[in-house]
Amino acid sequence: MKMYSFTVAVAALFLLNQQQDAQNIIKKVEKNRHSDNKYVVSTMIIHGRRAVRKIKAKSWIKGEEKSFTEYISPARERGTKMLKIKDNLWMYSPSSDRIIRISGNMLRQSLMGSDLTYEDMMEDPVISSHYSSVILGDTIITNRKCWKIKLKARTEDVSYKKRIILVDKERFVILQDERYAKSGTLLRKVSVKKMEFIQGKWIATHIIFKDMLKRGKGTEFIINEIKYNVKIPSYRFSKSSLKR
Amino acid sequence: MIKFILKGLLRDRSKFLFPVLTVFSGVMLTVFLYSWMNGVMTEIIRTTAHFQTGHVKITTRAYAKEEAQIPNDLALTDVDSLLTSVRLQFPDIYWVPRIRFSGLIDVPDEKGETKKQAPVFGIAVDLTGKNETENKILDIENKIVSGRMAVKPFDILVSTLLVEKLGITVGDNITLISTTMNGSLVMWNFIVAGTVNFGISGLDKSFIIADFSGMQKALDMENCAGEILGFFKNDLYQKEKSSEIALAFNSNYNDKNNEFSPVMTTLYNQNDLSSIIDMASKFTGIIAFIFIGAMSVVLWNSGLLSGLRRYGEFGVRLAMGETKKHIYGSLILESLITGIIGSVIGTIAGLAIGYYLEYKGINMASMFKNATLTVDNVIRADVTIYSYFIGFIPGICATILGSAISGINIFKRNTSQLFKELEA
Repeated sequence: MKMYSFTVAVAALFLLNQQQDAQNIIKKVEKNRHSDNKYVVSTMIIHGRRAVRKIKAKSWIKGEEKSFTEYISPARERGTKMLKIKDNLWMYSPSSDRIIRISGNMLRQSLMGSDLTYEDMMEDPVISSHYSSVILGDTIITNRKCWKIKLKARTEDVSYKKRIILVDKERFVILQDERYAKSGTLLRKVSVKKMEFIQGKWIATHIIFKDMLKRGKGTEFIINEIKYNVKIPSYRFSKSSLKR
Repeated sequence: MIKFILKGLLRDRSKFLFPVLTVFSGVMLTVFLYSWMNGVMTEIIRTTAHFQTGHVKITTRAYAKEEAQIPNDLALTDVDSLLTSVRLQFPDIYWVPRIRFSGLIDVPDEKGETKKQAPVFGIAVDLTGKNETENKILDIENKIVSGRMAVKPFDILVSTLLVEKLGITVGDNITLISTTMNGSLVMWNFIVAGTVNFGISGLDKSFIIADFSGMQKALDMENCAGEILGFFKNDLYQKEKSSEIALAFNSNYNDKNNEFSPVMTTLYNQNDLSSIIDMASKFTGIIAFIFIGAMSVVLWNSGLLSGLRRYGEFGVRLAMGETKKHIYGSLILESLITGIIGSVIGTIAGLAIGYYLEYKGINMASMFKNATLTVDNVIRADVTIYSYFIGFIPGICATILGSAISGINIFKRNTSQLFKELEA
């Protein structure tokens, strides 16, 4: 009996230690990712069933809660703008000259036909506030040593109830992210193809998003330009700036 | 002989009245039920063809597989040349391109902010072109309740219930939020040109009709269409003919590995309509069989009673030297005459009810309130050439069968016992 109690206590301590380690890793990932203000020029290459489309956008991001994106090409999408403030997302379309709040089922629609949804865009990137984490082991991906960490949703308001992430042991960048539904179905897979050291931070500059329920070869997300700690005027994050 | 039997029948009401009344009721019900069910089936097939399937439909192979999801990203491309080609190859068919779509209608307030939203589904058909085919097929002009027909590419017709729900009126600007052929979210402004009521519960709740060229532009589908529908010019579905057309078309596009190559599907092979069509074709037989069975039992019973009553008559006829076979034959002939008279009167009555319901119809809107089936709320009977004949099958068969079974007793009579029986 004593032996049994001892074994249980050791196992519990081990698990607690593993959880603490995982939380520390996640915090380091978030610290590496966080910036007060940033400006990003990106290209989405959508490999659809029929054709490949390139969509270019400029984004201004303030902390984790505010972002403003303007699509600059192709011609059909040029001038489309999106504003995210906390849990709200507004979209401006030049064809209708209207600003419409994206909510409900619309959030689950594909973002510009890509493998991402508006909900993915809305999701709070601070993992530690929504998920509990535990290290599953070590692994190697694209010649990088990684921790394999399981994330389990602590709150109901997240799109993915379980995630398995691979975190680079040296650079604290998530190199692979498998996102699961409550039923255990793999919904989305995110893989990092390229990392770059920019302004003192390691960031993923070439990412593949794959909607596992959709046919096609996924969506490439390429960061063409990124600037940290840029000055962003406050009007940028207002609804009136959508029509400017 | 027939004159003799006829006189006998007319002079003896018990021999005539009950069997004729039985046949009359059965035949009347057969004719009416056949015409009614025929109307229901025809209506389901007609409306489904008009709004969803056509008599034949061309889509891409990939679209056909995922059709329920309205996958406009898998739509047909280079539609203009495809239309020219099918119009040349099959000139007896009306060919019309369409786009089905779903999304949200967003109604702005004075400041352009969202006032109200509602989910919608709709079809884009050629409303502004010179071709009047779609107007004829869908009878759009006659279904307009207020406002006018769409004359510009971004005019839209909205179902009356949706107009009420959104609180909009003719002339208002509304925004459709949907997805383009590339999967991008699109917001496009339309003007409410008119309100329509198709009298189909499944449609009238949240249906819109847009112009094809306008919707092509809105959904980034230049020279593309979700589907091309084909309709026989008499608007009647012809199963064999449509299969021949589909076979001829598909033999030109037999690259099964190309999921974007066009494929033609007949109405029979869409939306599980095969079971309805098969049932409709078997329905004549089913009705005739049920009524033959039911009436035979009634007439057999009446024949038995009549046989008991006419026990003496048959005895005398046998004693006078008439053969059993002859008596049995005359009994069958009597029933044939009864059957014909009952069938004629029953058919006239059944046709009268059928024609009345074909003209008037029955409004079944309350039954279809939550139905998703595309069928007109007013169901009408459909009197066809078969309605004139179908009643004669159970009418004559049942009377002959009833008499044939009950008349078997004649052969059980023993000639040596006849006088004893007659004395008694």
